[in-house]
Amino acid sequence: MPVERRTIKVDALARVEGEGALYVRTSRGRVADVRLRIYEPPRFFEAFLRGRAFTEAPDITARICGICPVAYQMSACLAMEDACGTSVDGQLRALRRLLYCGEWIQSHALHVYMLHAPDFLGYPSIVEMARDHLAAVQRGLALKQTGNELMRLLGGREVHPINVRVGGFYRVPRPRELAGIAERLKRARDAALETVRWAAGFEFPEFEQPYEFVALRAARGPGQPAEYPIDGGRIVSSGGLDLGAAEYGDHFVEEQVPHSNALHSRLRARGAYLVGPLARYSLNFDALSPPAKEAAREAGLGPVCRNPFRSIVVRSVEIVYACDEALRLIGQYEAPERPFVEVVPRAATGHGCTEAPRGIPYHRYTIDAAGAISDARIVPPTSQNQAQIEDDLRGVVQRSLTLPDDRLTLRCEQAVRNYDPCISCATHFLTLHIDRG
Amino acid sequence: MTMPGAGRRAPGTARENARAARRPALAVWKFASCDGCQLSLLSCEDELLALTGRVDIAYFLEASRAAVGGPYDVSLVEGSITTAHDAERIKRVRRASRFLVTIGACATAGGIQALRNFKNVKDFLQAVYAKPEYIDTLAASTPISAHVKVDFELQGCPINKAQLLEVLSAYLAGRPPGIRNHSVCVECKRRGTVCVMVAQGTPCLGPVTHAGCEAICPAYRRGCYGCYGPMESPNTASLSGRWRYLGVPEAAIARAYRTVNTNAEAFRKAAEALEARGAGGAGEAGPGGGESRAG
Ligand code: SF4
Ligand code: SF4
Repeated sequence: MPVERRTIKVDALARVEGEGALYVRTSRGRVADVRLRIYEPPRFFEAFLRGRAFTEAPDITARICGICPVAYQMSACLAMEDACGTSVDGQLRALRRLLYCGEWIQSHALHVYMLHAPDFLGYPSIVEMARDHLAAVQRGLALKQTGNELMRLLGGREVHPINVRVGGFYRVPRPRELAGIAERLKRARDAALETVRWAAGFEFPEFEQPYEFVALRAARGPGQPAEYPIDGGRIVSSGGLDLGAAEYGDHFVEEQVPHSNALHSRLRARGAYLVGPLARYSLNFDALSPPAKEAAREAGLGPVCRNPFRSIVVRSVEIVYACDEALRLIGQYEAPERPFVEVVPRAATGHGCTEAPRGIPYHRYTIDAAGAISDARIVPPTSQNQAQIEDDLRGVVQRSLTLPDDRLTLRCEQAVRNYDPCISCATHFLTLHIDRG
Repeated sequence: MTMPGAGRRAPGTARENARAARRPALAVWKFASCDGCQLSLLSCEDELLALTGRVDIAYFLEASRAAVGGPYDVSLVEGSITTAHDAERIKRVRRASRFLVTIGACATAGGIQALRNFKNVKDFLQAVYAKPEYIDTLAASTPISAHVKVDFELQGCPINKAQLLEVLSAYLAGRPPGIRNHSVCVECKRRGTVCVMVAQGTPCLGPVTHAGCEAICPAYRRGCYGCYGPMESPNTASLSGRWRYLGVPEAAIARAYRTVNTNAEAFRKAAEALEARGAGGAGEAGPGGGESRAG
């Protein structure tokens, strides 16, 4: 009897920011091969940056991703300031963190409500979901709007903010300009708490992975309150790493695989690793605000979460945190004397790493004495998770082989969407082919 | 430009009547881009729900699993053409669409990816990928209009969502979009922003840049960096002279035209004119680095 072989094809994986294809082959009831093919055309940002002035990097790198431009702008700024031996702190740093909170709220609300929740509730999109769950959809949209508004206020606009520069900002707000948004943030925090309860009620497949989590962690000095990582910190992992950004290249390597335009990043010593909300949460639970911790507990999350399907709950907890943190930052805000610190170029290499909604982007630049960029390296979160997504898929398919093709396809798509993969970042997304040998 | 909806008013064939009876179908397509312009559509939170009552969002990869085959009444296209495969795909999109509107600098001018058009792509591949032979890419990033007929081009990086809604409503109502063609300067005057070039000596591309953003940068005490691309017949020679007078090195002026709209004709020519004058070296400052001289 010939070996039975079935091929499943989904023309593109929707609700992932990008384009790609997933290929799964099984043989005698076991998963033989999983390959995630990214077919976003290559984009040459690192090459474009050569010969540009160091001051141009924030506006150029923002265009890598319209969903998390602040992450690119901030990492580029930190790297340039590192190269020039300057650091930005006090209220300017607080404002950067506040702008970044806006991006977290906006990006997480987009993912939780518009891209991820329809999977759990069984709708093809938010539009159909809105017919039966109008109140929830409106709550999600309102949350996202608050994030957008915060970005607009500090950044000038929500996509590719214009107010970020190496050294700080072009213009800083007066305290009273922040008063209006504070009221909206309080309502947003309530909506975020509601979001955690709502997401916690979804049905999650039993599925846990032995991830090596990699995230930033802020220094915890005596008497210093713990700070959830957003705008910097040391790179730490559940496997014992504890590095400055400058040491990133000693421990992580980017590999090109023939089936994808996205480079795959690996830990030199141990291979695949995970960045993003699960990693951040599991390595920094102690630094969450009390309401965020409480919400997590109520939702049944422990201090560590290894089920990628529950990332929707973790993201919701992070929205609570971002609202709390934004309110705290606004509460202690006083306008700094100057909107930026002077950054004088010198011939050097600088490194920058921050926490984008999807995990850490790493930037490295070499500049000359006049400030011209001679070399650039940017590792986006999605390329760091690429190998881990394939590992998850292998596990998910293995466990779900008895499902009919259409349900298995959906489950795989969901496993990819757990990552909120901004494939634009990693180059872009999904045609699924399942070969059951 | 063909008038949208022109065929719909005349009582006509059975096919036209059938079209009038259903809701118009909207499709959103992505080529090489950052998703920022699509996100502007998703960011029309309140308007989006209202809009979905009036149109069928028939194809929008980023927002839905369900895809519907064409034909579409309006196709919004984001991104530029950078691969042979995409050069074919855009032709299929055109065939399936009554009206095709490009959204953003990528689709309208080739976008930031067009920075490659003036360089050697082989070197670029080697700079980014260890095995360049695996990668399929074209030497140039080209706008959609270089491949198919485009009914309307909406400029901006990213586009302005109010303008996007205006273009959509116009096509749905069968009237031409009311997008005006003046410079960012006009928007500064309208919102009462003091000119940053006059008052602070900050180099600004506002005088040659297409309006639409509502003059955000000068309101934040920063010079415009041209993300909405050239306005109609801009006087770039005069503006370049102004920047020179402000002390901006030749190479930095050229670079200022070479960002997200580097391939838009007026900006490309302005940069080439400066480069022909013998500009070299990276130099300092652009509209981004421009220090405020008046403090
Ligand atoms: S025009 Fe700008 S915002 Fe729009 S897709 Fe291109 S890079 Fe992104
Ligand atoms: S760069 Fe110019 S066109 Fe773009 S947002 Fe700023 S002022 Fe507007």
